[in-house]
Amino acid sequence: MEGIPLLHILILSTALFFIGIYGFFTRRNLITMLISIELILNSVNINFVAFNKYLYPQQLEGIFFNIFIIAIAAAEVSLAIAIIINLYRKFNTIDIEDTNTMKH
Amino acid sequence: MNLSILVLILPFLTFVGLAFFGKRLSGITAGIIGSISTGIISLIAAFIAFNYWVMSDGKSTMILFNFPWLTFNEHLAINMGLLLDSLSIMMVAVVTFVSFMVHLYSIEYLKGEERYGSYFAYLSLFTFSMLGLVLSVNIFQIYVFWELVGVSSFLLIGFYYQRPSAVAAAKKAFIVTRFADLGFLVGILILSFEAKTLDIPMLIERLSSPDTLTSGNIKMHMVGGLSVISIAMFLIFIGGAGKSAMFPLHIWLPDAMEGPTPVSALIHAATMVVAGVYLVARLFPVYFVLTPEVLHIISWVGIISALLAALIACTQTDIKRVLAYSTISQIGYMMFSLGITAYSHGETLGYTASLFHLFTHAFFKALLFLAAGVIIHAVHSNEVAQMGGLRKSLPTTHIAFLLATLAISGIPPLSGFFSKEAILTATHHANPVIFWLAVIGSSLTTFYMFRLYYLIFWNKPAEHHRHHEHALFSIPLIILTLGTLLNGFIPFGQFISVGLEKVQISFELGMAAVPVGGSLLAILLATLWYAKSTSYPDKFVSLLKNFYRWTYRKFYFDELYQFVTHKIIFNLIGRPIAWFDRNIVDGTMNAMAWGSMYFSQAIKRIQSGNVQSYTMYFLGGVIILLSILLYAYGYNLIN
Amino acid sequence: MTLEQILFYTISGLVLFFAFMVIVCRRIFRSAIYLLFSLLGIAALYFMMDVEFIAAIQIIVYVGGIVVLIIFSIFLTHQVGEKMPKKLIKRIVPALILSLAGFLLTIDMLAHHNFNTGINPEKFNPTVENIGHQLLDYKNYGYVLPFEIISFLLLAALIGSIVIAIRPKQQQAKN
Repeated sequence: MEGIPLLHILILSTALFFIGIYGFFTRRNLITMLISIELILNSVNINFVAFNKYLYPQQLEGIFFNIFIIAIAAAEVSLAIAIIINLYRKFNTIDIEDTNTMKH
Repeated sequence: MNLSILVLILPFLTFVGLAFFGKRLSGITAGIIGSISTGIISLIAAFIAFNYWVMSDGKSTMILFNFPWLTFNEHLAINMGLLLDSLSIMMVAVVTFVSFMVHLYSIEYLKGEERYGSYFAYLSLFTFSMLGLVLSVNIFQIYVFWELVGVSSFLLIGFYYQRPSAVAAAKKAFIVTRFADLGFLVGILILSFEAKTLDIPMLIERLSSPDTLTSGNIKMHMVGGLSVISIAMFLIFIGGAGKSAMFPLHIWLPDAMEGPTPVSALIHAATMVVAGVYLVARLFPVYFVLTPEVLHIISWVGIISALLAALIACTQTDIKRVLAYSTISQIGYMMFSLGITAYSHGETLGYTASLFHLFTHAFFKALLFLAAGVIIHAVHSNEVAQMGGLRKSLPTTHIAFLLATLAISGIPPLSGFFSKEAILTATHHANPVIFWLAVIGSSLTTFYMFRLYYLIFWNKPAEHHRHHEHALFSIPLIILTLGTLLNGFIPFGQFISVGLEKVQISFELGMAAVPVGGSLLAILLATLWYAKSTSYPDKFVSLLKNFYRWTYRKFYFDELYQFVTHKIIFNLIGRPIAWFDRNIVDGTMNAMAWGSMYFSQAIKRIQSGNVQSYTMYFLGGVIILLSILLYAYGYNLIN
Repeated sequence: MTLEQILFYTISGLVLFFAFMVIVCRRIFRSAIYLLFSLLGIAALYFMMDVEFIAAIQIIVYVGGIVVLIIFSIFLTHQVGEKMPKKLIKRIVPALILSLAGFLLTIDMLAHHNFNTGINPEKFNPTVENIGHQLLDYKNYGYVLPFEIISFLLLAALIGSIVIAIRPKQQQAKN
C-alpha cells in the first residue's frame, strides 16, 4: 500500500460518506435509509483504519474503534429493524412521508 | 394607658367577626354585638381622657407601640404607633361616644334590613379607621387610615346599592375625596423630602421650633417665589378640604345623604368630615410658624364655604340636604377659625375655638341627624313638604331638635353659643372682614335651621296621631341632648391649646350681643314666615327670582363639575387618549400578534416532523458554519 | 502504476459504484444486494491495508449478519420485486446541493491539510495476537472496559429489539 497516498483513501471515504448522506436524504423507505446509514458508518470505518495505518502505525486505536463501531452498528440495526417492524404493523407502511404522527 | 390599643383592636375584631359571620346572626344580634363593642371602647376612651386630664397634668404627649413599618433609609422611616396627646384624646372621646350613640340608634333603625350584619361590620370598620386616623403617630399612617375611612364611607353611602342614586353618590364621594387625596399624597412626599421625617412630633419640632429653623438644618427650597414647604402644606390642606367638603370640593357631601341616616349622623356630620379640620389642627404648629400664607388661604376657603353652604341651605327642601349644607357651613367655621390665627399676631385662640366648635358640633349635629332619622322613619320621606305639624306626634324628637337648633344658632346658654362665640371673638381680634361675614353666616344659619324646624314641626295644624318613638331612638337623642346642653360649660381652653399654656376663653358682652342679636332677628323672621303657612316666602322668592334659582340649584356647582369632567376632560383628554389607546397601543400589539402569526405560519413548514428535513437543516448549518470559519481563519483552521 | 495501485483504484471504483447503485436502485431487494457487494469491496480494501482481522469481522458481521438481517426485514415488510415509489423532487434538489457542497468542502479541506505521513518509522503490525492482547488488557492502555461495555450494549440491544418487536397480547388474540 506504499504507492497509494492517504489522501486518495480519504477521498474514497468522503465520497462514500456523501453518497450515504444523499441516500439518507432522498430515500422514502425506512429500510433503505438504514442501508444508507450503514454506508456512512463504513466510510468512517475506512477513515479510522487508514489514519491508524498511515499516521500512527505503532498504535492500534483505529482498529479498536473500528471493532466497536461494527458492534454498535449491529446493535443499532437490530433495534432499528425492530422499530421498523413495529411501525409496519401499526401503519402498514414504512414510507417516511406517511409516518409523521410524532410531530403532532 | 396601654389600654388604648384596645380602642383600635376591638372595632377591628368586631368588623372581622361581623364581616364573616354577620349573615348568620339572626335578628338584631349583629347590632347588639357592635353596640357592646363600641360601648366598651367609649368607656375606655372616657377612662383614658379622665386619666389624661384629671389624674395627670393633661399636657404630656405619649407615643405608644411605635414600631417601624417601612424603612426607606436612615433618615426616613414610616412608623406605626399611637400618639396620645390632648388633641387625639379629645377626638377619640368624641368619635367613640358618637359612634356608640349611632350604634345604639342603628339597632332599631336598620331592623329588618337584609344586609343588617354588613351594615354593622362597615360601621365597625369606620370606627376602627377613624380612631386609627386620629391616633396616628405618622403622617403616612394618617394617610393609610384616611383612605380606609374613605372606603368605609363609600361602602356606607352605597349601602342601599339597589338605588342608582346611592351608587352614583358613593362613586361621587369616593372620586372627589380620592382626587383631593392625590394632593395630600403629593404633599406628604414633598414634606418627607424637605423635613426628612414623617413622624408628627418630630416634624413639628423640626419645622416649627425657632432654634432648628435658624440653625439651617432645614433648607428652604423655593419654587416660583413660594417655599416648597408652603406648597406641600397647601397640598395637604387640599386633602383635608376634600374630606371636609370645603369649597370647591364640597359637592360630594350633599349627595352622600343617600346613605342611611345614622351613617350621615356619624360619618357625614360628626366625625369623618371633620378629619380635614383635625389634619390642619394636627399640623397646626407648622402652618402657624412656617407657612402662615397657607393659613390665609384656609381662612378664606373656610369663610366662603360657610357662607355659600348657608345660602344654599336656605333654599333646599330635603331635610337631610339642609343638614348636609349646614355641616359644610359649620366645618367652614372651624376651618377659618384655624386660618385666622395667621392674622392675629401670635395669638392662638382660634385653634382652641375651632376644636371647641368641632367638639360641640359633633354632638348637636349628630343629634339633628338622628332626630331627622326619627322623622324620616315616621313620615317615610325626606321632603319637608310631606312634614309639618309634627310637634305633638313626636314630642321627644321635637324637644331634641329644637334644642339642637338653638345650639347651632348660638343662643346662650347652649353649647353652640360658647364655641361659636369663641370663634367669633378670635376672628374679631384677627380679621374684621371675616368677622362680619361670619356674623352674617351665623344669622343665616339660624334662619335656615329655624325654617327647617318650623317646616317640620309647625306650619300645618298639629297632628294628634302619636307616632311611636322607640326607646332605642329616644335614649341616644336624650343623651346627645344632654351633651348639647352641657358641653358649653366645659372649660375647653384648659384642655386643648397649641402650646403648654392654657387659654382662657372669655366673653365680652358687646361681642356676644352682635351675633346673638342677629340670630334672634333671624328667629323672629323665620317665625313670621314659617310658623304658619304664609305667602311671605313666595313673595320674597319672586323678588329675588334669579338669585333664588341660582341658590336653589346650588350655584350650579354640580353642573359645572359635570361640564368640566364630561365635556372638557372626557372629550378633550379622555377621547384622544382612548383613541390613542385603541388604535396606536392596541394597534401595535395587534400588529405584533398578526406579524408573529404570519411569521409562524411561514416557518411552520420547517417543523415538518420529517427526520430527513431535520438532518438536512443540520447538515446545511454545519456546512455554512464551516464555510464561515474557513473564510474567517483561512486554512490555518485545519493545520 | 503498480499492481497494487491498479487493484486499489479498481476496488475503490467498484465500492463507489455499488454504493451509488444502493441509493438509486428502485428495487429494495437489489439495493440490499448492492450494499452487500459494496461492503465486500470495503473488506477487500481492509485486506489491502493489512488489517485482515478487521476484514474478517467486516465480512462476518456486516455481510453475514447485518445485511442478512436487513434482507429479512425486507421480506417481512415488502412484496419483494415491487418497485419503490419515486423519490420526491423537493428532496432530491436540496439533498444533491447539500451533499455536493459538503463533499467539495471536505475535499477542499483535505487537499489543504498537510498529513505527516511516514514520520513514524515503526511497522504497522495489527496481528490478531496484538489486537487480542491489547483489547483484553486492563493495564497498559488496555481496552477491556470498553469491551465489556460494548458487550452489555449488545445484550441490551438484543433484549430491547425483542421487546419492541414482540406483538402486544391483545393484538395476538385479535389476529
